[in-house]
Amino acid sequence: MSEQVRSLERVRDVQPRIVREAKRNGWLRSATSSVFVRRLLVLVCLAAIWQFSAALAHNPILFPSFTETVSALAEAVWSENLLQYAFASVLVLLKGYLLGIGLALILVSFATLNNFLREALLTLTAMFNPLPAIALLPLAMLWFGLGEKSLIFVLLHSVTWPFSLATLTGFQSVPETQRLVGRNYGLRGVRYIALILVPSALPSIISGLKIGWAFAWRTLIAAELVFGVSSSSGGLGWFIFRNRNELFTDKVFAGLITVIAIGLVVEFGIFRALESSTVHRWGQQR
Amino acid sequence: MDRRAADVAARSSGGRTGLVLEAAELSLVYEREGQPVRAVEEVDFKLEAGERLVLLGPSGCGKSSILKAVAGFLQPASGHILIRGQPVTGPGPDRIVVFQEFDQLLPWKTARQNVAFPLLVAKRIGRQEAYRYADDALRKVGLSHVLDAFPHTLSGGMKQRVAIARALVTQAEILLMDEPFAALDALTRNRLQTDLLALAEELKFTLVFVTHSVEEAVLIGTRIQVLGGRPGRTVATISVDAPQLKDRTTFEFQDIVRHIHGYLQSEGTEKAA
Ligand SMILES: Nc1ncnc2c1ncn2[C@@H]1O[C@H](COP(=O)(O)OP(=O)(O)OP(=O)(O)O)[C@@H](O)[C@H]1O
Ligand SMILES: [Mg+2]
Repeated sequence: MSEQVRSLERVRDVQPRIVREAKRNGWLRSATSSVFVRRLLVLVCLAAIWQFSAALAHNPILFPSFTETVSALAEAVWSENLLQYAFASVLVLLKGYLLGIGLALILVSFATLNNFLREALLTLTAMFNPLPAIALLPLAMLWFGLGEKSLIFVLLHSVTWPFSLATLTGFQSVPETQRLVGRNYGLRGVRYIALILVPSALPSIISGLKIGWAFAWRTLIAAELVFGVSSSSGGLGWFIFRNRNELFTDKVFAGLITVIAIGLVVEFGIFRALESSTVHRWGQQR
Repeated sequence: MDRRAADVAARSSGGRTGLVLEAAELSLVYEREGQPVRAVEEVDFKLEAGERLVLLGPSGCGKSSILKAVAGFLQPASGHILIRGQPVTGPGPDRIVVFQEFDQLLPWKTARQNVAFPLLVAKRIGRQEAYRYADDALRKVGLSHVLDAFPHTLSGGMKQRVAIARALVTQAEILLMDEPFAALDALTRNRLQTDLLALAEELKFTLVFVTHSVEEAVLIGTRIQVLGGRPGRTVATISVDAPQLKDRTTFEFQDIVRHIHGYLQSEGTEKAA
């Protein structure tokens, strides 16, 4: 009897503590429940760590601090046309990216026609996908010279194969029932692809778009690093390369920050928005 | 079919009378790892306009295969299928299928858009008009309140009703339904059976309906074709058109259900022997 009472008391003792803890965590939880706040928090933490370790290293030539980088970034934007460099890069990137996507869509459309063409495309992607597109740059320079054409050629390679593979995989995993429904209503050819396969495979296609975008970005910056010494077209990679030569490390960091910032804007501003208005809304992906 | 029903059918569907669907000595063969798998052997049936044929039989006797062949997804190994005298060469919008699977709705379209889809694909009418027909069809299946819902937010029964609305809206002469209510609870199932029967009376479509359930077969069909064995063959054909057979509580209903269970049972013992 007395045992029971004591254990009951213990229970009563425990409960208020749980409640108190929940209350204490309340403000933190509600603040971090906003996705935006959470991401901002992550960025702030990263900046703090950066600032702290740069202060420890105390070597601005090799490792500038966060604040030094920010001021270099501001200076580069105001007096060195950093935004123009960025714009030039993004423009070339978009050209290569869209061409690559377009080419991939054509290839994949043909691949859905029959087994031979599908095998052909699968073989091509198996060959070219593991090949870093940047490895084709010397060849591209030989064929197209220094300039936009060569860049677009390697960009095309960096986008077409991974995107083709993702789309093809997406098409292959379209549920049998949805295929039959489309054919039941008399859909064939391009309309069948556009009205059934593409929307049904959209989760894979979007992830292919993302992968293609990331590959293209990497390839472009790498290519601009090579071109930097000889091309007048500029671009972010060239900005980074030039400033490294002059040991303006803070500006190198500013260039890198710009690359990252554009990547973040595209990921959260475009791809996430695309996902939440399509595949999330349709329950195809959470 | 009695003459009055035929008259109504003729009026409501613009002169749809006569022989609609015919299968003769239909045999279906699949290939599995290089070996032929005989699914259906020498099955015959004929459907007049407005008739409702139920294919009834145990699992694996080839009911779905027959439906697929009529839909044009599967070529007959021998025999033939004629639609209004023309051999079936492939799938087409004159034979709309309601599948058993819940994922037959297109997840990227709302209920209304799903139902309007076949109309828009056919390109005969504009979007506004198609949506009006879609809303009508959804009202008929009791779904006026979820017009703008995406399929993943609907229950299984609601999805099947949307699929039925999508089949109805096409006004296709032939509807093919493969166990459309199989995965539903008894209550929803009963309601949908009654609804389908009422819609069939109203719209006079010609229906081939596949089911495991004897009760469902008697309720829905004008005629039941019992299949059995592997490969599947016709075991019996039973007319169930009488009005007293459309009410579960009548003696006649219970009696014919018992009678048909007899066919299925003898089929089972034969196989065991
Ligand atoms: N794609 C396929 N490849 C090979 N064999 C198949 C295929 N589809 C069906 N079969 C075989 O054909 C036979 C009939 O199958 P079917 O799906 O038509 O049966 P069913 O009567 O619809 O059965 P259930 O009531 O379980 O749906 C089965 O023996 C099955 O194994
Ligand atoms: Mg089946």
